[in-house]
Amino acid sequence: MNCLEIKNINYSYQTLEAETLALQNISFTVQEGEFVSIVGPSGCGKSTLLNLICGLAKADTGEILLNGTKLTQTSAHIGYMLQKDHLFEWRTVYSNVTLGLELKHHLNENEKEKVQKMLDTYGLSAFSDSRPSQLSGGMRQRAALIRTLVMEPDLLLLDEPFSALDYQTRLEVCDDVHKILKEQKKTALLVTHDLSEAISMSDKIIVLSKRPGHIKSVLEIHFDNSLSPLQRRNAQEFPSYFNIIWKELMDYEK
Amino acid sequence: MKNELNNHQNYIKQYHFKKRLIRVEQIFLLFFLLGMWEFSSRVGWLNAFIFSSPSRIISCAFHMAVDGTLFTHIGTTILETILSFLIVTVIGILAAVILWMFRSLSEVLEPYLVMLNSLPKSALAPVLIVWLGNNMKTIIVAAVSVAIFGSIITLYASFREVDQDKLKLIRILGGTRLQAMTKVLLPGSIPVIISNMKVNIGLCLVGVIIGEFLASKQGLGYLIIYGSQVFKMDWVMMSIVILCIVAMCLYQFVNLLEKSYIKRIR
Ligand SMILES: Nc1ncnc2c1ncn2[C@@H]1O[C@H](COP(=O)(O)OP(=O)(O)O)[C@@H](O)[C@H]1O
Ligand SMILES: [Mg+2]
Repeated sequence: MNCLEIKNINYSYQTLEAETLALQNISFTVQEGEFVSIVGPSGCGKSTLLNLICGLAKADTGEILLNGTKLTQTSAHIGYMLQKDHLFEWRTVYSNVTLGLELKHHLNENEKEKVQKMLDTYGLSAFSDSRPSQLSGGMRQRAALIRTLVMEPDLLLLDEPFSALDYQTRLEVCDDVHKILKEQKKTALLVTHDLSEAISMSDKIIVLSKRPGHIKSVLEIHFDNSLSPLQRRNAQEFPSYFNIIWKELMDYEK
Repeated sequence: MKNELNNHQNYIKQYHFKKRLIRVEQIFLLFFLLGMWEFSSRVGWLNAFIFSSPSRIISCAFHMAVDGTLFTHIGTTILETILSFLIVTVIGILAAVILWMFRSLSEVLEPYLVMLNSLPKSALAPVLIVWLGNNMKTIIVAAVSVAIFGSIITLYASFREVDQDKLKLIRILGGTRLQAMTKVLLPGSIPVIISNMKVNIGLCLVGVIIGEFLASKQGLGYLIIYGSQVFKMDWVMMSIVILCIVAMCLYQFVNLLEKSYIKRIR
């Protein structure tokens, strides 16, 4: 079943100086439970696309369907992880994780139990009452992910969520996040400019051209299902996928 | 390992020694200046009638403390300062929040705020006396007017610097603009609010003294102006010395507030 359906999206930014066409004729679908990545050079409109999907901005033309219904504004069915974790230093880890529930006035006993269970499962329960600054980079990212997941979104958007981490932590967090999302059977749409990251995590990769971003190609990725992202990087298919996508992107550099 | 420990202990010892040395030097300087002042007036280098002297100030303070008038004057000034400080703090935050919530309002009001902020507030004092009368109300309004506009401008400017992505996060999680204000803007701005309070407490004291110069029957500002008119320089110098102490205490009070906040967030 289609979780997300994007049809003929066009979007341009208006400023006093100029009109900038950021996205051109974007159409694709994301199946339920699928992990899809969008790769493209920086400035090609990846963040813009995610903003449109989660309803922070409205497309000039085209439509966006979530589970078959048209999206018009921000929806509780969509979770969004930003580039930085944005944990609030004036809150404890626990009250950071429950921020979304608090905003929606959904923080009841039932939910509290669920949050506690997630913190337990993902190794953060000992840090419930700590300040975010006491967590490591990887733990912070996990906390941010839990903050999103407790809202039980049908679709998770990830905007280069690992780019602020150092390389080693990044590999770790990729594994973590991938595992968590597979366990929770979440549909995810990841945006990145890191090819290896995209290949190691996704079922499908959409390659965007540089601005105005339009879809250059769509590539299905097949690995043994039991492999973690880190193991995928060492699998024998990895280099050939890398080369294919690399060439797609380089075509556009010229 | 043993050696390293010793090094570190030595470092700490030296650090504390240095700190103590500075404190001793500061106190020594104070007594030296006071001593010079006293000595100069005793041997006649300074005219004690015009320049007063530490001993004259102390005996003057003692006499006024005995008949209780000293405490009335100090109390009045402190009360007026704290009242106007509280008003500035509350109104300043409230106004800056409203400007932040309603972008177009702030665009309309900006030139007026800038103009009011750069207006010398002492020019307002005579007008306030005519409007409000010769009383404490005038003094408090004068003090508030000295600090309020700068406070609003400073707070609003820092509110606008709040991380846009944090506000975006609130929207993504389904929060309203009002929630963005209570969950992100205010808690994130507490350090700025406190540093603004430090500025305001000083400005309020300035405003209160200006107000007391013009419209009052008590307070340290009144004592200074009255003392200079009847040529009681002991009163004037004593008031100035007390004012120094009051200013320091009020500042320390806000400092303590900041320390307790930092402790809480740790
Ligand atoms: N607020 C804006 N106003 C005008 N142009 C913008 C704005 N935001 C982004 N752009 C332009 O749109 C393009 C796409 O931006 P973005 O979606 O952030 O790219 P990406 O996330 O792929 O790096 C960029 O070239 C940028 O210059
Ligand atoms: Mg981006």
